[in-house]
Amino acid sequence: MMPDARTAILARLRAAPRGAAPELPPWTPPVYAPEDRLTRFRTMMEAWRGEVHEVDSATWPDRLRSILHNKGVRTVLHAPATEHGRRLAGAWAGQAEAPRLLAYDRPVEAMKDDLVHEADAAVTGTLGGIAETGSLILWPTPEEPRLMSLLPPVHVALLARSAIRDTLAATAAEEGWAGRMPTNLLLVSGPSKTADIEQTLAFGVHGPKELVVLVLSDL
Amino acid sequence: MAADGDFAARAHAALGNAEVRANFRRAMDGLMAKRAAQFTDPQAWAQTRARGAAIKRRVLARLPELLERLEARCEANGIRVHWAETTGDANRIVLGILQEAGARTVVKGKSMVSEEMHLNAFLDRHGITAVESDLGEYIIQLAGEMPSHIVMPCIHKNKGDIARLFAEHIEGQGYTEDVAELTAAARRVLRSKFAAADAGISGVNFAVAETGTLVLIENEGNGRLSTTLPPLHIAVTGIEKLVETLDDIPPLLALLPRSATGQAVTTYVNMISGPRRDGEKDGPRAVHLVLLDNGRSRVYADAELRDTLRCIRCGACMNHCPVYARVGGHTYDAVYPGPIGKILTPQLAGLDAAGDLPHASSLCNACVEVCPVQIPIADILVRLRREAVRPSDTPAVKGAGAKRAPLEALAWAAWRWMYATPALYRLGSRLMARFGNRIPERLPPLNRWTGVRTRPRFAGRTLHDLARDKGYDDA
Repeated sequence: MMPDARTAILARLRAAPRGAAPELPPWTPPVYAPEDRLTRFRTMMEAWRGEVHEVDSATWPDRLRSILHNKGVRTVLHAPATEHGRRLAGAWAGQAEAPRLLAYDRPVEAMKDDLVHEADAAVTGTLGGIAETGSLILWPTPEEPRLMSLLPPVHVALLARSAIRDTLAATAAEEGWAGRMPTNLLLVSGPSKTADIEQTLAFGVHGPKELVVLVLSDL
Repeated sequence: MAADGDFAARAHAALGNAEVRANFRRAMDGLMAKRAAQFTDPQAWAQTRARGAAIKRRVLARLPELLERLEARCEANGIRVHWAETTGDANRIVLGILQEAGARTVVKGKSMVSEEMHLNAFLDRHGITAVESDLGEYIIQLAGEMPSHIVMPCIHKNKGDIARLFAEHIEGQGYTEDVAELTAAARRVLRSKFAAADAGISGVNFAVAETGTLVLIENEGNGRLSTTLPPLHIAVTGIEKLVETLDDIPPLLALLPRSATGQAVTTYVNMISGPRRDGEKDGPRAVHLVLLDNGRSRVYADAELRDTLRCIRCGACMNHCPVYARVGGHTYDAVYPGPIGKILTPQLAGLDAAGDLPHASSLCNACVEVCPVQIPIADILVRLRREAVRPSDTPAVKGAGAKRAPLEALAWAAWRWMYATPALYRLGSRLMARFGNRIPERLPPLNRWTGVRTRPRFAGRTLHDLARDKGYDDA
């Protein structure tokens, strides 16, 4: 009988001559002074065409309302069971000119049409930011699912200023990601883009056309 | 599509196509400039690529153990792992998973391994529609072509070509060369495909053995959609695409997009460690990983050729290749074109099928200088040229000896004899000094050289005579 593919492949690999595994040579990712992290983050994120707004932690829902109003956003997807989701719902309740809030509170199968076609924007939190590359770290949860940062044309991400770290390497190591990886972990650096046609940049080919980062001042 | 004949014949045809040459020249110039702007600090570049190369060498040194570890971690995370010896096996595995789930339509993220499998055509024959969702892949799927570059598949097309394709294939779409409008049209069409798809298929950039994580990088978001929105996700990858630990990811991410497109990071870095868990509202309910061998374990068996498997598929070697830039990707008539394709394709397909590819190079070493994981491409090209003309009972490469030509073998045997026999060497060099320039230029097989190159002139006197004139009395 023929051995199964797994057995056969592993047997061939084991039969090959073995070299010693080399030691990893040193590699030092960049380090920034704490006061420079936001500047670096902003420069990089803006290079990716993300919008960066520094906002007051106490009043960000009001600021966001005016930002979204200028973009003509009418329906905003939010995560009602998160703290920022509750803040948003509380602050916008009863405000006539506030966008309509759409809660992502059921499985995707039950609200696919709304997600794909209805929501003009979504608001999510972030785990942090990476100064080196101008990236957001998203760690989707049952309360704040994966598609929020992907399907609506505008993605609004809340980022605590103190959560901006130097590099991916430092963050992953210091926070022990390897021992607790979620179903899906994302780095997001700007809106969706493509250069497949004559290396000409075009935005929003599949994901959000705009990425708005609200950097929250520390309390 | 690629023409018939061997590489040299196809290259002649390609060199005559001014439009495609201009498309490639423009693209390659842009990509080289963007990459160069990312690696301005030579020390940092040297340090990062040394780390990247060492990471991949460590993986290869312990490949079987790490594959088992990856499998165990993935299974613990709920990712079903499948092993495939051949592309045919991999196709049947994917089809089986799709059929069991009752899937009829599939959206695909960009995957070179799925190109290697010719998966779309296979699924189509079994009644399953697979739609490419990467914009470049979508364009060449509409055109019925193969990718001409591993990172930018439709790099050979200009916006006029694409405008015509869209006007022809997309309902209600008029002719426009406006890139934003073309992109918007693709978004509209593909959004509905995503929403309706029964399954998503993707490749993998790095599979992390330590955590059972699949890392995918992209700019468009189609990879995220393919791996998040449909209820089923199937990832296909080669057995060499793994890394040991999560800590290995940052240095490789510092190399891959910079080398590929001159970006410090791609828009999305998507790390998948399992299907939807209890309570989660989206994500696929099942995730499968298909590990494909297709000749890789044979490449692995040779200590020198094994370096081929370090490749992280950035495409920098083709962007910097003077041959690739002039003849374009389709001339290679292979899934993997350019320098990495010249060493990978003959090893996967056999030297009998692709033994001309190692000669599609001037050995200028540009690819070796930019390779972020230091693959000695030129050395492997030379090794493959040798293997191609050296029959063996235990060949290191499939089809070894297939390119052996009796006349060539005789010429080299005579050359060796002459160089090992001083009297014969002296006689031979004298004869060439005297009569060499009288050899007719069109004499076969010499005309294969003189037909495309300036004929070298023999000096009137031998090198030894000239040296003696200069006072070297031991010449």
